[in-house]
Parts: sequence; structure tokens; C-alpha cells
Amino acid sequence: MNKKEQVLLEKPKMKKSKNSEKKVETVEVFIMGKSYRVPAGLTIMKALEYAGYRYIRGCGCRAGFCGACSTIYRKEDEQKLGFDLACQKVVEDKMYLVQLPFVPASKADYDINKIEPTDSTILEFYPEIARCVSCNTCTKSCPQDIEVMKYIQRAIRGDISKCAEISFDCIQCGLCAMRCPADIKHYHVSQLARRLRGKYLDIKSKNLADRLKEIKNRKYDTEIEKMMKMNRSEIMELYKNRKIEAEESSKEGD
Amino acid sequence: MEVTEGYPDYMLKSIKLVEEKRKKNLSQPVKPMSMKEREEMLSKYHPDYMKGTKRELKVGIDKGMLLYNGIVDLLEAKPVLDPKDVDLSKIDYDVDLLIIGGGGAGTVAALFAYESGIPKDKILIVTKLRHGDANSMMAQGGIQAADRPEDNPALHYLDIYGGGHFTNKPELARALALDAPGIINWHEELGVLYDRYEDGEFQELSGGGTCRNRMHSCKDYSGMEIMRNIRDQSRNLEIPVLEFCPVAELLMDDKGQVAGGVAFNLETFEYYVIRAKATILATGGSGRLHLANYPTTNHYGATGDGLIMAYHVGANLLDLDTIQIHPTGDAYPEPLVGILSTEKIRGLGAIPLNKFGDPFVFPLEPRDVESAALIKECKDGKGIITPTGMPGLWLDTPMIEIIHGEGTIETKLAGEVRKFKRFGIDMAKQPILVYPTLHYQNGGIEINEKTETKISGLFAAGEVSGGVHGKNRLMGNSLLDFNVFGRRSGIYAAKYVKKAKIGKLTLSHLDKYNKMLEKANIKTKKSAPIILPEYRGEMAISRALDIF
Repeated sequence: MNKKEQVLLEKPKMKKSKNSEKKVETVEVFIMGKSYRVPAGLTIMKALEYAGYRYIRGCGCRAGFCGACSTIYRKEDEQKLGFDLACQKVVEDKMYLVQLPFVPASKADYDINKIEPTDSTILEFYPEIARCVSCNTCTKSCPQDIEVMKYIQRAIRGDISKCAEISFDCIQCGLCAMRCPADIKHYHVSQLARRLRGKYLDIKSKNLADRLKEIKNRKYDTEIEKMMKMNRSEIMELYKNRKIEAEESSKEGD
Repeated sequence: MEVTEGYPDYMLKSIKLVEEKRKKNLSQPVKPMSMKEREEMLSKYHPDYMKGTKRELKVGIDKGMLLYNGIVDLLEAKPVLDPKDVDLSKIDYDVDLLIIGGGGAGTVAALFAYESGIPKDKILIVTKLRHGDANSMMAQGGIQAADRPEDNPALHYLDIYGGGHFTNKPELARALALDAPGIINWHEELGVLYDRYEDGEFQELSGGGTCRNRMHSCKDYSGMEIMRNIRDQSRNLEIPVLEFCPVAELLMDDKGQVAGGVAFNLETFEYYVIRAKATILATGGSGRLHLANYPTTNHYGATGDGLIMAYHVGANLLDLDTIQIHPTGDAYPEPLVGILSTEKIRGLGAIPLNKFGDPFVFPLEPRDVESAALIKECKDGKGIITPTGMPGLWLDTPMIEIIHGEGTIETKLAGEVRKFKRFGIDMAKQPILVYPTLHYQNGGIEINEKTETKISGLFAAGEVSGGVHGKNRLMGNSLLDFNVFGRRSGIYAAKYVKKAKIGKLTLSHLDKYNKMLEKANIKTKKSAPIILPEYRGEMAISRALDIF
């Protein structure tokens, strides 16, 4: 580092009088129709909490993985409904908000061990996919930007692998199913596709099979037991001197 | 998805330095620390070693034990349930096995308990939020299992034990290492979609503190993919689940055994008495307690309820004097603060850099060491200060594209890309800003290889348990933990149930606990477990009327 760099990188000092420091920029949101003023820049989830709501439903991982907080919104003067996750989407001025507490979509029961991955397997369990009218509403309502309609089309054609691949990032929030005019349960359909592919279509690891045999034959038991009996300095020595693969490969510039 | 603007100008200037030095940084990596350097770094910069973060517990079986303040506060709080409010003569659910928690450990336990012969209508999962709402769902990086020829379970054991600073219970570390390949095989049979090469072998990456590349992943949605599969399996088997009904306290019988729990319906405010021959505690971690004032990567429900309930019945605790702060929580933009950026990013080759674009630490130290190094860099004034005043360091993600080829980030880190794209940041072209965040509860309720706690009838598995990881967990071992010990708990609880006989139900342990608090002269207004964290605006709380 040098001084020039240091000066270059100083965070610009905000010019703030004492009064303006108290002034936080706010936006107006309508939570299920009721107006609240909340600081700008909050996610919808934090905005609701700021307004005084304590979540029971509609809040899960708070990081975009669990699909608990799917939200339907509309901005004033617009007709279009928007769909997103409350924990990810930042509030905007004059936003009307409601969250979906539950999705009453039906799911097919199957024993994954007793079904086969044929062209018609998915259709057998979810025949309604054939009713898809290609309106693409599912895709438009997906907060993960997944091409939902596309994977349903693949499922209709019996392309299990592709359906699994396209749908992989699905967080199962259910917004697609709630919007579908044909009552398709997209997120359950793709769950079946992914399990079929994982279980039956992907080639299995030979290394894993070999290792399982070794473990069954107790190949590593003695070595581990020996380590378990070592005193602290012996095991520390062993630990310290072990070769680190990542380090070796970075030396090779791989 | 709508996109807002990316980094402010002063950050872009620093990014320029990162770009200029990228080639050099790639060719001259920082070496890993020696054991002595590690210790020094930890003792100076990790919150586990800071004064004022911990104190001695004044009550119960582990009296005198040093624990994080936030945990002591709850252990020294009054039990939330008043025994007088509960009528134990009316039993709402009478089952063989009660599983508290519907995350990874709980669901795996249910599947194996069922396979071990407990009929489905004699199993009950109760959970605070929805089935599957858990930290398990959020784990991104992957799961460890030593299955490559270059690797073996003994090496995995050594990594676990060394990474835990040689404080793990050896028999638990052994179980974790030896059961791992079997777990991956079980996942294959369920249909989990692992990242593989064309020949079917797994694409395995390195993780912090591991001596071999053994991290199996499902893009950067590894936990979600595993959780989706086991939950789907549980749903197909129709294993009963009570959602939004957290257990508030455990039940005991007159023989001193745990005999079920009292659940609380969060929506109707009713309690349910659940009698069970065996109880598995799988309530997960405690990130939402914000220990040492850290932001957290954890799930909304991670409030440490299981620790408190178990302590009330006399189970003992381990290693709660340490917390795992993950080196790379997000520091910018504000809505993402505290959320995790997976270790897989470093596994793929990205290096942490300071505001001058200079590297300062080997990217894959064990998590506690790596975090301490990042904290040090910021304390030395070499971090970037964000507009909200928090420091951060660059994680130079574009390096991944140079090392593994263009498009790698899009395919291997789809979730991360999506997260930053919302805020106008393209992590394939720009680095991301990170700072350590509270990630994992290293310790918990002591268990043995059969997941038994000190109290008969009570088993524990997953993040709520202690001893598996000692004082520091390595990456990829928590997804493994909930599978290995969730499975074991289901199997051993099913065995236990066959012989178990429940006596007369009681909540007298809570009266006893209250008396202990009195005797220790602890005056507290708090009650625990807290069930949900409190994030409402101050004004909203001060003006609230408690009408329920």
C-alpha cells in the first residue's frame, strides 16, 4: 500500500448537518392495504418488521433458499402484479404488499424405489401437465427466474433429465402453482423429475462403491483407532505434517 | 427480477486495484499458517478469545462452565412454561417417538426410525415453522465424504479432529468420518443430484482445513437439494408432521426419564401434551441469538430452544464457549448483510483481498482462523467501509473464471449469482464484499455414538448436539453431521422404544429449575426458550398491548 492509494480509497465523508442525520429517507408501503412509512432500502421482510409485524408464517431462512416468504405486490398506478421473495426484494415507494402463508397444492405419492424413469412416468403421476396452455404465467411468477413453462414442456415430452436440470434452482415457494390456469403443480412435478434423474439416470460413482466395500471390510478401523489412542502431541504432529492437496495443486498452478 | 445499481464510486476505485493486481495475486498465493501462527491469530482476533463475550453459568448441572453471554442469559431465565397451565391428564398425542424439529436431522431421524420398525403413526415430527425450514436448507457449499482413492476416512478423521483443535469426542469424529460414504450412497438411492463428471465420479472440491478435496456439492444449493429429497421421501411415507407447533418444554416421568414434550400452537395459542417413549431433539442452532453481536446466516427459527429445554431436564452441554463465525458473510449491499457467501467460492479459487487489492491470508484456513485473519485486516484499517459503516474485504470471484474457465460461476454458483444480480453486481466480473458472520453452534448437548444424552429417553442430533466438531467445525461437515447422527438417532431411538416404559408424566423439573434459579439468587425478567427472535421496530414494541 502507499499513501496515494490510501487517499484514493477513503470513503467520501457525507456532508450531514445534525438535523439531516435524523432524517432518514422513507417510502410508503401498503401492507395488506394499510399504509406505513418505512426507511428506504429495506427488504420487504425487514420493512414489515419495522412496521411492527412479528412473523410466524411468511418467514423462513431470510436468505432466498426456503420459499417461505413469497410475496405478491403491485405498485400504485400499475395494473401488473409482481412476484418475489420478501427477504430478497427491496421495498419501493407506494408498493401494495401481501404474502402467501401457505400453498394448498396437491402432491402425488410415489415410492421412488418402485417406479421407473420412462417417457410417461411424470405424466402418470401428474397427468394435468398435459393441460398446459403455454401461457408462460408460471415463468413470469417465478422469483428465481426459472423457465418453469419450459421444464413443464420437457416433462410432457418425457425428458426427465432436462426437466430436472432446468428446474434445479426451484425453492418450492409454490407461486407457479398458485397462478397456473391449468392447475399444474409445477414445483412438485419437477421434484419427481429430479429424484428420478438422481436415482436412475445419472451414472453412479465407482470410487464410492469401492470405498463402501473397504469400510464394510473394516479397512480403516485400526488406523482410526490408533489415532484415537494417540496423546495430544502425537496427533498434533501427525496433523501438522499431513499433505494438503489444495496447496499442492496451487503450487502446480492448476 | 428487477435490478438496482451496483457498487458506489469509491468502491469501484478499490476494485480497480483488485483488477490490476489480479494476475500477480493468482501467481503468488499466501502460504497457510503454521500451528503457532494460527493460535496467535485466534487469540488476538477471534471473538471466542475476547473479553466480555462470555461468563460463568450460575445454575444447573454445568454450573461454573464458561459460555457465551447470550446463552447464559437464556439458561438463567425462567422456564417459559408454567406447569400450572398444563393439564397432563389429557394427552393429545401418544406416540413411540417424538422428533422435535423438522429440519435435516429430524427428518433423517424419522426416515430411519420408520425403517427400523416404528410404524408411521407412532412417529410425530413437531416443528416451529414449516417442515424443512432449517439451516439445513441453506447450506450451500457441500458435504464431505472421503470416497476418492487419494483420500480415506482416516484422513477425514484427522481433519475433523485437528480442525476442532483436538477437542472433539473422538468416537463422534470417527462416526462422522466412517459413516460419510454410506450417507452419500443413501442420497444416491433417494435421488439427490450431485455434481458429477461424465463418468459418474463426483466433482469434489477443497474446503477450509481439509487435506483432500472431498466436498460433494449440488451446485450451490447442496443443503436445499438434500433437504428437498429427504422431505419428499418423508411426505411420500406420510410421516405425521405438526407445523407451527414448537415444543416449549420437555416432559418427564416419575422415573426421571424424558417422556415427550409440550408443544405450543403458534396460531391458536393452545398447547398440546405429547407423550412419547423416546424423544429426539433436533432443534438446530442458535444464530438468531446474535452472540457477540454478530449478524447471522442462520434461519429465522435458530434460537437455541433445544439447548434450553434439554438443560431444564438435566442434560449437560459441551463447547458452547465457542461460536463459528463464517469468514465470508456479505457486507454489501445492506439487504444482504450477514447472509452467507459460500466457502465453495474460495474452494473454487477466489482469494480474499484488502482494499488495496493485496492478499493477506491463505484462502482455505479452518473457518475460525480465516475469520480471525479477516477481522485483523479490518482492524488494521485495510478494509472497505460500507455506506452503513461496516467494514468488508474483497473476495475476488472473477479469479474463478480465470482458473476454471468462463461460465464456471454461472453453472457452479447459480444461487450466489442470482443473489448479487438483484443489486447490479456481476460476481463473474466484479469481486464481492465480505465480513465474518455468525454461522454455526459448534457445541451443544453432549451425545454419545448412539446419540444418547445423559438423560434416558432423550436423544439429540444435528446442530443442537455437542462433541462432534469440538470447538470448531470444518466446512461440509454439518450437512454430513445431520445425516450421520440423524440416522443414528432414528435407529437407536427405535431400538430404545422397544423396551421403554413410561411412568407418570410430570413437569416438576420446571419447578425444581425455578427453585435453583432462586437459590442462585438470579433475578431475571426473561423467560426461555424464546421460540422466535424479536426484530420489530422499537416504536412498534413500546406501543404494543399484550392482549394474548
